[in-house]
Amino acid sequence: MSRLWRFFRTPEAIAGALILALLVAMAVAAPLIFPGDPQAIAGPALLPPFQDWSLPLGTDRLGRDVTAELFHGARTSLAVGLAAAAAALFIGAVVGTLAGFAGGLVDEVLMRVTDAFQTVPSFLLALAFVSIVGPSLGVVVGAIALGAWTGPARVARAEVLSIRERDYVAGARVIGMYPLEIAFREVLPNALPPVLALSSVIVAAAILTEAALSFLGLGDPNRVTWGGMIAEGRAVLRTAPFLSIVPGIALVLTVLGVYLAGEGVVESSAVRRSLS
Amino acid sequence: MNAPVLAVSNLAKHYRRGGQPFPAVDDVSFSIGPAETLALAGPSGSGKSTIARLVLRLIEPDVGRVEFEGADFLALSGAALRARRARFQMVFQDPLSAFNPRATVARVLDDPLRIHGLASRTERPRRIAALLERVGLEAGLAVRAIHEISGGQRQRVAIARAIATRPSLIVLDEAVSALDVSVRGQILKLLLDLQRQERIAYLFISHDLGVIRAVAHRVVILDAGRIAESGEARAVIANPQSAIGKALVAATPRLNRTRP
Repeated sequence: MSRLWRFFRTPEAIAGALILALLVAMAVAAPLIFPGDPQAIAGPALLPPFQDWSLPLGTDRLGRDVTAELFHGARTSLAVGLAAAAAALFIGAVVGTLAGFAGGLVDEVLMRVTDAFQTVPSFLLALAFVSIVGPSLGVVVGAIALGAWTGPARVARAEVLSIRERDYVAGARVIGMYPLEIAFREVLPNALPPVLALSSVIVAAAILTEAALSFLGLGDPNRVTWGGMIAEGRAVLRTAPFLSIVPGIALVLTVLGVYLAGEGVVESSAVRRSLS
Repeated sequence: MNAPVLAVSNLAKHYRRGGQPFPAVDDVSFSIGPAETLALAGPSGSGKSTIARLVLRLIEPDVGRVEFEGADFLALSGAALRARRARFQMVFQDPLSAFNPRATVARVLDDPLRIHGLASRTERPRRIAALLERVGLEAGLAVRAIHEISGGQRQRVAIARAIATRPSLIVLDEAVSALDVSVRGQILKLLLDLQRQERIAYLFISHDLGVIRAVAHRVVILDAGRIAESGEARAVIANPQSAIGKALVAATPRLNRTRP
C-alpha cells in the first residue's frame, strides 16, 4: 500500500500512469465504442478532423474512421508491447540464470549465443524473421522478443553470479536440493528485481519495433496498427498530414507514458531500498 | 565399535593468489566419533571454514580422503550424494544470509522433509511444528517470514532444519559467533541437549576458545591451513604447546583467571 503511495509521489510517475491508464481504457473500450470492423468504410474519403462529429478525427484515403482505427490500434500496440516484453524477460531470465548458475561450458555456450544475438541489429533480426515466417501477431511478438532477450539475460547472469555464492545457496545444496530447483526456486526469484527494471525500456522498444514493422508492411494485415496507419497516411502526407500525425502522436505519448511509469517504479523501489 | 562418523585424511586445497599457489588447507587429518564434538580453532584465514566446506563438498578438495559413516564421501555424485547429505548437515554463522530472503519458516523446514521424502505432504505441517518445538520455538512461528524473527530464533530454525533429516554429523561453522552472549548460552545448551538425546556428532568451528572449552571434547588448532596441535579440549586450552595455541589462549582474557 505505502509502496503504491510512494509511486504516485513523483510527477513523472503520475503522468506516466495517467497516459497508460488512458491507453488501457482505449484498448478495453475499443470494441464497445467502435463495435464494427475498424477497417470498414465509414464515410467520405479524406475527411479532415473536427469537421463531422460522428467522425471526430476524420477519415483516411478509403473513408475509414481514424478514431476507430486509433482505438483498435491501441489494442495491438499494448498487446504486442506487453507480450513481447514478457517473452523477452522470461527467455532472458531463464538463459541468464542457467548460464550464471551452471558456469563452465554451459555459461560459455549460452553467453556466446547471447553475443551472437546482440551483434545482429534487433530490428533487422525482427525484419528477417517476419519476412521468412510471415506476418501475424504471434510472429511479430516472437520476432521482437528475439532481439530483446539479450539485455535481461546479461543482467540476470550478473545477478546470479553474485547470488550463487551466498550462504543460502550452499545451505540448499547441503539439504540435498536438486541443482535445477536451486537455480529456479532459490536463485532466480532473488535475481529478478534488476531484470524487471528493464521491462519499461523493453515494452517501449517493442511498441516502436511493432510500429516500424507495420510501417514497412510487415505487421499483421488483419489488425489495425498505428505503424500501419502512418504508412497509409504517408502517400497523402502533403494533402492530409493528420493521417500520419494522429497515430504518430499516439505512439509518442504511449512510449513516453511507459518510460515515465517505469521510472516511477524504479524510483519508488530505490527509495524503499535506501530506507531499509 | 566406535567407528568414526567422519574420518578426514591428508586433505588439501590450494588457491592461486597473485599467480602464486598458496595452500588454504594443507595436509589436514582428523576424525570424529559418534556423539562427539570436535572443535576446529584458529585465527581468521587459518582454513577453518574452508575445511568445513571441503568435507561437505561445497568445494572440491585437491587431494585427500573424506570418509563419512564408513564410505568414501568424495566418490559420491549426483543423486547418491544428495541422498547422503541427509545424514551430514550444516549450520551457518549468519542465520540471516543462510536462508533465502523470501522464505518463510515453514518453507525452510519443509524443504529437507520434502526432498528426502521423510513425510507426506499432509503430514509435513505436523512435522514442522514438532521440529520447532524440539528447538524451543512455538509452532505458530512457522507462518512468519525469516526476516521477521529475531537472530536467536533464526539460529534455532537453522538447527531445526539441520536436525530435520536425523543427521549423524552437523558442521557448526561459527554457529554462535553472530549471536549476543545471552542467546549464545541458550543455543549452546540446545546443541548439547540434542547431542545427548540424538547422538549427533558436531564439527564445531570457532575462534572462541571459551565456547570451545564449554562444548568440545577434542580440539584441533589450525595455523595457515596446517594443524598446529590437537588433543583433548581442556588439556590443550589449559596448556597449549604451539605458538598459535598460546596466542589464541592469551587472546581470551577470561581464561587466564583461575576459578576458585
